[in-house]
Amino acid sequence: MHQFWSFVRKEFFHIWRDKQTLLILFGMPIAQIMIFGFALTNEVKNARIAVLDPSRDIATQTITAQLEASRYFDIEQEIRSPQEVEAAFRQGIIRLALVFPASFRQDLLQQHHAQVQLIADASDPNTATTLIQYAQAVIRDYAATLQAGKKEPYRIQLETRMLYNPQLKGAYNFVPGVMSMILMLVCTLMTSIAIVREKEKGTMEILLASPMQPLKIILAKAIPYLVLSMVNVASILLLSVFVLQLPIAGSLGLLIGESMLFTITALSLGLLVSSVTASQQVAMLISLMGMFLPTLMFSGFMFPIENMPRPLQVMSNIVPAKWYFIIVKSVMIKGLGLEAIWKETLILLGMTLFFLALSLKKFNIRLSS
Amino acid sequence: MPELLPYMIEAQALTKKFGDFIAVDQISFAVPAGEIFGFLGANGAGKTTAMRMLCGLSVPSSGQGRVAGFDVYTQSEQIKRSIGYMSQKFSLYEDLTVSENMRFYGGIYGMSLAAIREKMRRVLQQLHLEQARNTLVRSLPLGWKQKLAFSVALFHEPRIVFLDEPTGGVDPVTRREFWEMIYEAAHAGTTVFVTTHYMDEAEYCHRVSIMVDGRIEALDRPAALKARFGAASMEEVFLQLARGAQRNDG
Repeated sequence: MHQFWSFVRKEFFHIWRDKQTLLILFGMPIAQIMIFGFALTNEVKNARIAVLDPSRDIATQTITAQLEASRYFDIEQEIRSPQEVEAAFRQGIIRLALVFPASFRQDLLQQHHAQVQLIADASDPNTATTLIQYAQAVIRDYAATLQAGKKEPYRIQLETRMLYNPQLKGAYNFVPGVMSMILMLVCTLMTSIAIVREKEKGTMEILLASPMQPLKIILAKAIPYLVLSMVNVASILLLSVFVLQLPIAGSLGLLIGESMLFTITALSLGLLVSSVTASQQVAMLISLMGMFLPTLMFSGFMFPIENMPRPLQVMSNIVPAKWYFIIVKSVMIKGLGLEAIWKETLILLGMTLFFLALSLKKFNIRLSS
Repeated sequence: MPELLPYMIEAQALTKKFGDFIAVDQISFAVPAGEIFGFLGANGAGKTTAMRMLCGLSVPSSGQGRVAGFDVYTQSEQIKRSIGYMSQKFSLYEDLTVSENMRFYGGIYGMSLAAIREKMRRVLQQLHLEQARNTLVRSLPLGWKQKLAFSVALFHEPRIVFLDEPTGGVDPVTRREFWEMIYEAAHAGTTVFVTTHYMDEAEYCHRVSIMVDGRIEALDRPAALKARFGAASMEEVFLQLARGAQRNDG
């Protein structure tokens, strides 16, 4: 065991001494999450909206004024009929419409209950969700001020409609996407480079001439990257929960377990790459072109797989990241449990075993020659 | 006390084939304990392949081989425990400090922490490198690196050390100092198996074997070889033998 940990320690030294790589490793996930997250919040400033207000009473006027006052909304004053709203949505002029009933104030004062309809253009689901949330906040604030000092609550019921994309597919795609990209990058690229570097420098010969078994050498080289990957998963999750306010709907344990499975998939791919290459450049090229790009394109993160031509859809099935992406989305966003993702998990597990067996076999062949 | 063996390295018709190509063709020799055994040959003569078989890195195609008393077919793990190995490429980690390298090699050879600490103290003292223990190996001069690499190959006190062109690219003064270290190790009872390109170094060996096209064409003390071939230097001996070679590449 002492032998094994001496090796792991040495591997950590390699990583620690290479400050540039270290910075990229830990900076990249943070930067990516922040860029995506910032782009998300930036987009909703000064969104153009329409207000249909047949009631024109003090309550609706106050709400409208508060919406106008916020920096998130610009109200298109000329749009005054349901037909105009519909046309404006279709032409992409407005992103959100508020529809008050004719009897808004009356309902509110007499029945303590009124309705508002919120209609959003959900073809861009991120923006739609955010705009709806802002509008809701403004309306709730108003209800709260009416409330002050009174016993019976004023309830304003919000009826939300997402146009074009009612299930909000594609929302928060980027957190699972960034996770699969980072894991692929850290594990596949870094592991293959770390092993090939030993070959290139000639130290692999020394290691193989030592009494440490080849399998242990490989394991000891992989462990630091497994740890780094888990640190990255943790930092991405923390950022998405606390900075982007994207809660983890499902089980955290399940999410971490699945991430470890995918990490091992990526590690075995890295091992495979290292066993077929002899130089760091080639290892990097294969990892980037052969592993990273397909992950980017076929995981469903950047481009929806449903929209791809049939042959590409079929091809996407052999990209491990596609299955991990589905799993993370299901657990993290939809809050589903293992019963919903066992199929994807099995596929990923099968791929992992296959790559692991293949790469260990290749590694052993190389040794015996 | 390690058991007394008549020979630390024994090869009997040891052969390695890659498909139709016979890289090493029935070589036989025996190296007693404490000997400095020079293993010479042009590029492609099969030196490295032969050495890899003796180190347990490669399984022979046929023939017998025993290293430190262990069989090369079945006991490669015990062999690896008994040998030290230094390759032609520089074998320390440049991004680790002197002491980290030593701790690492001690560790993978299964030495205890206490043993590593004690040995490190002695080696650093011997090399006058106490000041440099926390220096990255990258920033040491090449000569020091080479001597350090040799000390690290001997760190776990192996009974045999294999040196694969250890002095490539090193200046004459350092080479001289390096050979003094080899003599010291041999004097202390370590068997040294060394390949080299430098014919002046061949003169330093107790006995020398010269490989041509996968076979051992000559094996004797340098003085005896020179007498037999009527040559003034080992260089001449080598050239006479290597002239007939068919193979001449990596």
